[in-house]
Amino acid sequence: MRSRYLQVAVFLAAAAAVQLAAVQGGRAFWLTQLTMSAYYTLVVAGLSLFMGYAGQISLGHAGFFAVGGYASAALTTWDLAARRGEPLVSALSRAGVLVGRPDLYGGQVLVVHPWPAAICAVALAMALAFLVGIPVLKLRGHYLAMATLGVGTILYSIALGTSQLGSADGISGVPPFPLLPGLAVSGDRSLRISNYYVAVLLLALGVLLLLNLVHSRVGRALRAIHGAEDAAGAMGVDTARYKLQTFILSAVLASAAGVLLTHFNGGIGPSEASIMKSVKYVAVVAVGGMGSLWGTVGTSLVLNFLSLRGYFGTFDDAVFGAVLVAVMLFAPDGVLGLDLRRALAAVRRQAPPEKA
Amino acid sequence: MALLEVRGVSKRFGGVRAVHEVSFRVERGSIKALIGPNGAGKTTLFNVVSGFAAPDGGEVLLDGEPIQGRPPHRVAALGLSRTFQHIKLFAHMTALENVMVGRHLKTRAGFLAGMLHLPFTWREEVSVRARARELLQFLDIGDLAGAEATSLSYGQQRAVELARALASEPRMLLLDEPAAGLNMRETADLARLIARIRDSGVTVLLVEHDMSLVMDISDEVAVLSYGEKIADADPAAVQRDPHVVRVYLGEDAC
Repeated sequence: MRSRYLQVAVFLAAAAAVQLAAVQGGRAFWLTQLTMSAYYTLVVAGLSLFMGYAGQISLGHAGFFAVGGYASAALTTWDLAARRGEPLVSALSRAGVLVGRPDLYGGQVLVVHPWPAAICAVALAMALAFLVGIPVLKLRGHYLAMATLGVGTILYSIALGTSQLGSADGISGVPPFPLLPGLAVSGDRSLRISNYYVAVLLLALGVLLLLNLVHSRVGRALRAIHGAEDAAGAMGVDTARYKLQTFILSAVLASAAGVLLTHFNGGIGPSEASIMKSVKYVAVVAVGGMGSLWGTVGTSLVLNFLSLRGYFGTFDDAVFGAVLVAVMLFAPDGVLGLDLRRALAAVRRQAPPEKA
Repeated sequence: MALLEVRGVSKRFGGVRAVHEVSFRVERGSIKALIGPNGAGKTTLFNVVSGFAAPDGGEVLLDGEPIQGRPPHRVAALGLSRTFQHIKLFAHMTALENVMVGRHLKTRAGFLAGMLHLPFTWREEVSVRARARELLQFLDIGDLAGAEATSLSYGQQRAVELARALASEPRMLLLDEPAAGLNMRETADLARLIARIRDSGVTVLLVEHDMSLVMDISDEVAVLSYGEKIADADPAAVQRDPHVVRVYLGEDAC
């Protein structure tokens, strides 16, 4: 128990060290990619619970990220100024749900405040996960993968094909997300360091909640479902409900990350909903180790950072694909979770005896 | 009144009549054995009783309440616990953790309480851990608590599975071939253990091939053949039953 808080403290200290080193070394602009990476890692952490602990697979999590991001972006940029006279609009306006702000051209627009927009966005993702999850989670293994892949494809097509959502251009001009006076989730350069800490703290909080869950009665039941689903049912675990709740929880984390990263970036495009994004999330969970939350978080931060900095160039998608294939072939339990001693012993047994 | 009553249960798989209109009762606080040649429908009947298969006809009553067609976790919640013919332990979990899952129904921390690590969950965890250790000790495998369950020997795995089934404090315990793969000494230990479990107030229904075990400890024995019940009486009477002898030993033995 104490060790969980210690782990989070070590993580935060490491994050602070990275921040100081980046600023000292004249690489403060790295913090932007690290912030984005932290939000993507929140998606991965939720998926790690669903895949690594509950033993299910989802190729649709980019879709949930996009639902959060798009809903939030659409609501905070949808100008209702022309409808100010309508009773519902004026009531919402009086209640503070709608706020006025200057647009790019000096005019005044009336849009949904980021907070209620975020709540609607996450609620929408929850509802979608619930509706999709009930039929889909009856499937197992690769059938589940196929079904979630289908859901991801549909969401991507909706994002790409809906003109109200900007079609291929996506939505831009998304305002900052206010947290405290003087502190907002925004890509503004002057807020770069504080935004890095906001993202890191949210990630740490998310991981702490998930670690608590993993070490609780529910976490034990999820691992039992993974280990032997029939036996878990015989012990009174409502396996269908637990899988659904885990799916919804991971969708909430993905959509919340989508909301915040969209405000940070000032917009969102359909590529966020693409299947390749979902595959990336799955690949990172696989590398980090099925059932190793910290391993997954560390892997995600590094791989996403390298990817966002463009180190993989045009091979970006190929790198994640190759990583996934390699992990499945050589270390299905995850690279970081590999028992090195056992691996070495296996190599030694296979090696021909040395000559005296 | 019988704790478990099976009334006219039938189950077909395609054209195969796995179980056909089988009825029997398990009296409270007794041990009942279900025997029969391979393919007689014993495991199918077990699956119907424990909620893993819905019957095509008939009723299953647990303490008077119909439970047929309910999912396994609901049947378990009513106080029926089971083991499996092919041991189903939770992989990548220790023996202790396996038994702790068996306390699932006796605890209530949900997703939110777990994530927030609420104080009542601490107390739950402490008592779950303590109870699981007691059960492992009861089954003489207390020193294996920290071992990965699936790495244990066959006999030890059976013991862990039994401890896990007992952890939910069932009224009714279903054991699917508990002596399979055990040597004679282990089987004798198991017989004493099952008798002790019965004496603690748990009603036991077991499927078993080992006749010495069945005849030693059972209060009643029901015999299945080709999905139908052909005998149901105390062990001595069943052993004398000419029909049973014919099914087991062949026509010429009569």
